[in-house]
Amino acid sequence: MAAVLVSTTINGDAVEFACPPQESLLAVLRDRLGLTGVKEGCGTGDCGACSVTLDGRLVCSCLVLGAEVDGREIATIEGMAENGKLHPLQENFIEHAALQCGICTPGFLMAAKVLLDRNPQPTETEIRYALAGNLCRCTGYDKIVRAVQATATELRQLEKKKSRRKKSKKS
Amino acid sequence: MLESEAGAAFVLAGGTDLLVRMKLGHIEPALLVDIKRIPAMNSITHSARGTRIGAAVSGAELGEHKAVARAWPGVVEATNLIGSDQVQSRCTMVGNLCNASPAADSVPAMIAAGAKAVVVSRTGRRTVPVEKIVTGPGQTSLARGEVIEAIVLPARPARSGDAYLRFIPRTEMDIAVVSAGVSLTLERGRIKTARVVLGAVAPTAVLVPAAARAIIGSKLDEDALHKLAAACSAACKPIDDKRGTIEYRTKVAGVLGKRAAQIAFQRAGGA
Ligand SMILES: Cc1cc2nc3c(=O)[nH]c(=O)nc-3n(C[C@H](O)[C@H](O)[C@H](O)COP(=O)(O)OP(=O)(O)OC[C@H]3O[C@@H](n4cnc5c(N)ncnc54)[C@H](O)[C@@H]3O)c2cc1C
Ligand code: FES
Ligand code: FES
Repeated sequence: MAAVLVSTTINGDAVEFACPPQESLLAVLRDRLGLTGVKEGCGTGDCGACSVTLDGRLVCSCLVLGAEVDGREIATIEGMAENGKLHPLQENFIEHAALQCGICTPGFLMAAKVLLDRNPQPTETEIRYALAGNLCRCTGYDKIVRAVQATATELRQLEKKKSRRKKSKKS
Repeated sequence: MLESEAGAAFVLAGGTDLLVRMKLGHIEPALLVDIKRIPAMNSITHSARGTRIGAAVSGAELGEHKAVARAWPGVVEATNLIGSDQVQSRCTMVGNLCNASPAADSVPAMIAAGAKAVVVSRTGRRTVPVEKIVTGPGQTSLARGEVIEAIVLPARPARSGDAYLRFIPRTEMDIAVVSAGVSLTLERGRIKTARVVLGAVAPTAVLVPAAARAIIGSKLDEDALHKLAAACSAACKPIDDKRGTIEYRTKVAGVLGKRAAQIAFQRAGGA
């Protein structure tokens, strides 16, 4: 089959690539575009190591075809730090020792970010359900859950400070 | 296109079954037709006359539709049980149906709801009850070139409720060992109509009219529930495997049928 030409947006940048129609988005990101933060664990949707967002929704890039993302927006772990500054989730994963070998980490970070963007105050159960599509063979999950909880608290405090500052500017 | 392809041709919806089978080398499609950009397949319409869910609508999108979730909580919760959040972003009810696994979660709930599939081809369109689509594990009644465009749920009378329960060894991300879907409507506190469906206990999901008859006319008292459970167990033709023995599946089918009926009854406002 002939290669498909695809134009898409990745972490805010316009990107074009050509790939065989049956090639996964995971293979495109890693092997064609050098975005190797996206990991392959199983290749069949079970482990979540390959998690990215597609138009804001969390997906396993191993279960998306490269050809499907024409005109869509993709975000990967490479876009999470801003201007060289780690995202609070990344800081807290380090702080809480929420990783050992690290292969699952980019997937967990993407899933946790989608969760916190939608639900800034998740319960522990909500966190565990939201991360159920991500497997980790090293940490036993508890440290990951703590890191997400700590980030949620931190981000909420940051929000409060911001809104207080806005109010005081107005008055 | 699907009709004229000489090799293996497949519709691609969420790809959460298809791409796994390709990866594992079970299939080597010569043609994939992605339906996710077809507007008629991408939308949900919900009115007093009924609900139409496009074949490319993902589980996550369905779950976010408040009005449908209110009218058909059982169908929506069944669909939302499919896989992780990652899978929910992509998977469809129709893909779940056409993949034709005996344990597919949305299927018993759809059948209980009296859902119909709108099947289109180059030459026409037919509307088929969902229970007529799957004919056996991995097999459907769809002809070459036929595609499901949407799932249609009937108008919902007042005092109706539905529910879906599955039994799995883990709490998330597992395949049903037994499952049950129930939909019912009340009249003056008594069950007027009901449909009871079991999943994972036979080669296809099974509609159990005897279980529905056991509760129709009742207020879902102990006696009616007991008869429903017996009818559910009697309808099982399960397999014996490492995930559940025949005796176990048969017993659990009765228990799940009962519990699903109780939830549906409460949701319908029954006391
Ligand atoms: C990690 C993981 C967990 C899972 N967990 C569950 C679970 O808990 N419960 C469960 O039931 N399933 C589960 N599944 C299986 C799968 O996600 C579901 O069956 C899903 O609903 C399939 O939908 P899809 O849109 O991805 O289908 P696809 O893979 O796109 O298609 C499946 C089949 O249906 C055909 N098809 C799709 N759309 C149409 C159409 N409109 N007309 C005609 N044919 C069509 C395709 O050609 C293909 O043969 C899981 C899968 C994964 C990878
Ligand atoms: S590599 Fe995609 S889910 Fe495991
Ligand atoms: S840190 Fe090794 S798999 Fe999670």
